[in-house]
Amino acid sequence: MKTLIEITDLTYKYRSGGGNAVTALNGVTMQVYRGEILAITGQNGSGKSTLARHFNALLTPGSGEVIVDGLSVNDKKNTAAIRRIVGMVFQNPDNQLVSSVVEEDVAFGPENLGLPQAEIVKRVDWALKSLDLEAYRYRSPNSLSEGQKQLVAIAGVLAMKPKCIVLDEPTAHLDPKGKREVLENVQRLNRDEGITTVLLTHSMNEVVHCDRMIIMDQGLIKLTGAPRELFAQAEQIKALGLDLPAAAQLAYGLKLKGLTLPGNILTIEELVASLCQLP
Amino acid sequence: MPIAVKDLCFSYKQGTPFEKKVLHNISLDIEDGEFVGIIGPTQSGKTTLAQHFNALLLPQSGSVTVNGLITSDPQADLISLRLQVGYVFQNPDYQLFAQTVGEDIAFGPQNQQLRKSEVTERVTTAMKQVGLDFDTFCQRDIYALSGGQKRRTAIAGVLACKPKILILDDVTAGLDPRGREEILAVIRDLHQKQKITIIYISNSMDEAAELAERIIVINRGQKQLDEPVREVFKKPEQLRSIGLEIPEVINVIEKLQERGYVIPSIPLTLEEAIDLLTTAYAQREVKR
Repeated sequence: MKTLIEITDLTYKYRSGGGNAVTALNGVTMQVYRGEILAITGQNGSGKSTLARHFNALLTPGSGEVIVDGLSVNDKKNTAAIRRIVGMVFQNPDNQLVSSVVEEDVAFGPENLGLPQAEIVKRVDWALKSLDLEAYRYRSPNSLSEGQKQLVAIAGVLAMKPKCIVLDEPTAHLDPKGKREVLENVQRLNRDEGITTVLLTHSMNEVVHCDRMIIMDQGLIKLTGAPRELFAQAEQIKALGLDLPAAAQLAYGLKLKGLTLPGNILTIEELVASLCQLP
Repeated sequence: MPIAVKDLCFSYKQGTPFEKKVLHNISLDIEDGEFVGIIGPTQSGKTTLAQHFNALLLPQSGSVTVNGLITSDPQADLISLRLQVGYVFQNPDYQLFAQTVGEDIAFGPQNQQLRKSEVTERVTTAMKQVGLDFDTFCQRDIYALSGGQKRRTAIAGVLACKPKILILDDVTAGLDPRGREEILAVIRDLHQKQKITIIYISNSMDEAAELAERIIVINRGQKQLDEPVREVFKKPEQLRSIGLEIPEVINVIEKLQERGYVIPSIPLTLEEAIDLLTTAYAQREVKR
C-alpha cells in the first residue's frame, strides 16, 4: 500500500472564548505517501499545525476521516498504536526535552513502551548514532546548542521506531548552522532509514528539498505538487502570501526584466548555471 | 553619544562553580538615528549584550553609558532610561499579558501616571505606527491574534512609552513571509519617519542586509566585525566560519565571480540584485 496517511474531507473547529467557533480545517482531503518527504506550508493560521496534529491523534476529526497505516484516528482504541507509528517534533525543543541527560531523554519513549532493558539500550544507541549525537550522550541538553537540542528531540522520537516523523517548524528558532544540521539529518533519516517525513515550514528554501509540497490557506489545501512544478507558478504562490525560494525569486525578477532563463529554477546552483549560459 | 559601551564583560552565575563567561571586553558606540544590526549565532551573547543597553543587565566590569547616563551608577534613574530604550523580545507571548490589545499597549503609559486622555492618545498613535487599525483591534483578545499581529502589539506596547531607541530581538522568528514583510515595513518606517534609533538583533543576515546601515557581528561573546553593511559581506568566508550565512542574492554574485564574471558591486536586496544583473547583461559587461 502506497499511502501511509489517508485524510478524507477533514474539518476541525476550535472553540473560542466568545462562544464563536473558529474553523481551522474546512474539508481537507490529502495523502502522505510512504517514504516521501512532504512539505506543508501556508501562512500563520492557515491550518498546517491543526492538520498535522491529526496525523498522530493529538486531535481527532470534527468530521471526516483520518486513517493512519490502516487505523482510524476516530477510534480511540487506536490512539496508542497510531502514536507509535507517527512521531511529532515541535518548534521549541525546550518544550519537548524532559530529562537532564541526553541518553535518558532519548530513552524516555522506549521506556514508556515497556520494552525490555536490552532493547531500550539498543534503540538509544541506534537513535544517537543515526543523528550523530554519540559524543553528547552523557551531556545535559541545556549545555547543547539549539540545533543539537532539536536533534536530541528528533532522536527521542526516532527511538520509538516510528514509520513517520512530523516536524512542526523545527528550524524556526535556529541559527543558520542549526537549521542546516537539522535539515541534513532529517533528509538522511528519510534516505537511510526510509522514514516518511512531514515537514511544516515557512521557509521556501527548505521546501525545495522535499519530494512534494502542499500549500494551505484558510483551512483548505490550495495547491499540491512537486516544488519545481508549484514554484513555476510564481503569481499564484505570491497570492497565497508565500515567497518563492530566493533563487527562484531572483530568476523571476530577471525574467520580468527580459533575461531569457528557464521557467523552473529552484536553487542558486541552477540559477548560476543558467546565467552562465546566456549569450 | 547615545550608547557607548566600553570594555564590557559579563558572566552568568558569577562567583559560582557554574560561572559562564558570555561577554568579553566588548566596546562599541551607537549614534542617534542609526540602524544597527547585531548579528551572531545562537548563544553568541548578542541578547546579553543588548540587555545592557536598557539596564536589564548591569556591567560586571567595563561600562555602558546611555544618553549620558552610566547604567552601573547606583544613583542612575534606570526607570527613565528604560522608557528611553524600549526592548521587544523574541517571543511576544512572554511580553503580552493583558486581556486585550488596547489594555496591553496602555500598560506602559498607565504606569507613568499619565492622564487618561494622554494614555488613549499614546495607544492610538502606537497602534497607528505599527499598522493595527484601532477600531478593529483595540478590544481584540490577545490570544485571538496571529503571530504577526502579536509582534505588532508587542512593538506598539513599547512605542507607547515613546522610546528614542528601540531594541528588536529576533522579532521575525516563526513568522510567515507576509507577516515578516509587514513587520519589516513597520520597522523601516519607525526608523525613516519617526527617526527612532533601531538596534536589530538577529541570526539572519538576509534581513540585516536589507535594513541595517551598520552590522556588528558577535561570536562567542566577542565583537568580530563592526562595519558598514556592504563591507561586512566582502568577508563571506569569515561569516561562514562562525556559522552565519551571507544573503542568497550575494551568494549568486559570488558564484558568478568565481566563474570569472566581472560584476561591479554587491547587492543587498533582491531588487538591487535584479538591477545589477540586468544592467550588467544589457551592457554585456558581465563577461570577463
